[in-house]
Amino acid sequence: MHELSIATAVIDEVSKHVAGAGGGRVLAITLRIGRLSCVQEGALRFCFDLASADTKLSGARLEIIDVPVRIWCPACGAEQELPGVQSLACPECGRLSGDIRAGRELDLESIELEPLPPPSTEQTASELTSSTSTSTEPDSTAPQPLLERDQP
Amino acid sequence: MIQPRILEVRTKILKVNDETARAMRRRFEAAGVLVVNLVSSPGSGKTALLEETLRRLKARGMSVAAIVGDLETDNDAQRLARSGVPVRQIETHGLCHLEAAMVDERLAGWDLAGLEILFIENVGNLVCPTSWDLGESVRVALLSVTEGEDKPLKYPGLFNTSDLAVITKTDLAEAVGFDRALTLSNIEQVRPGMPVLEVATKTGTGIDPWIEALLARRVALLNSR
Repeated sequence: MHELSIATAVIDEVSKHVAGAGGGRVLAITLRIGRLSCVQEGALRFCFDLASADTKLSGARLEIIDVPVRIWCPACGAEQELPGVQSLACPECGRLSGDIRAGRELDLESIELEPLPPPSTEQTASELTSSTSTSTEPDSTAPQPLLERDQP
Repeated sequence: MIQPRILEVRTKILKVNDETARAMRRRFEAAGVLVVNLVSSPGSGKTALLEETLRRLKARGMSVAAIVGDLETDNDAQRLARSGVPVRQIETHGLCHLEAAMVDERLAGWDLAGLEILFIENVGNLVCPTSWDLGESVRVALLSVTEGEDKPLKYPGLFNTSDLAVITKTDLAEAVGFDRALTLSNIEQVRPGMPVLEVATKTGTGIDPWIEALLARRVALLNSR
């Protein structure tokens, strides 16, 4: 059940990237998993849900791109996609090839984060506040949550 | 209006392990140590083969050592220590594979420059160790004749990342009706061109070619520096 170790590595790697991007809740994570990587998708999802609870990744959608094995067939002079993992024989000519071009992936492809409050709206709100300083209730026209969040 | 933020990361999930393993591999190569990662299912004869290998290499005056991974107990380490070479144990406490950082930690205090071959006996498992690079020079997949000829097809990931296959317990082949040709063909299907050795640790059959193969790999490592 090494999928728990994989899930933990995903969470650690994603957390680093999210912190570097200014934080926020993670909505989705896209992984590329090659068929030769020995990862069972159901086990990975189960472990991810367990391990991500109480983190910023909790509830994130796990999108898994299944990558079939592709070999370079020197006889055909072409890259060939294989129907399974039990043989590295070219599906066209039957020749075996150890030149694997895809199928071993264990990659973190992308991360979707919750949107940041749009900076333009924020600016408008503050401009609005300063330009209508005579008003006693400048906040009434501005998006409330943003202003509240921006206060020190 | 509000755009979701997409971070195009494109990185390896096991990046941290890969980096640790790469750094270890550089250290091993610089010190001239051949590192052999032995992987197989439980009961395939890893420890028995390793015990005999350590004994023979020591008798040749070589400086060898072993790191042994097990879920629990240091039984294997104690067994291997009888060969009189330095042995260190990693108890993973339930974890089904070794990771580079665990090996790195166990290397502390060892003078790598004084070593010629270091064996890492992975946790008995044909799936989980596959994706964890330990900085090894050679990954050896062991398969005993009692396990069934289709093991390579059932566990293509492991065989596919290995550099050498060793069929063990060949002295039992006849008793269990082992189909040698089929096994060799199955290994070839998932890892075309991989060399295969056949040993019977108990009788000593095939041990010499195995030892020679290791020594040749070490010479190749030294020449590649």
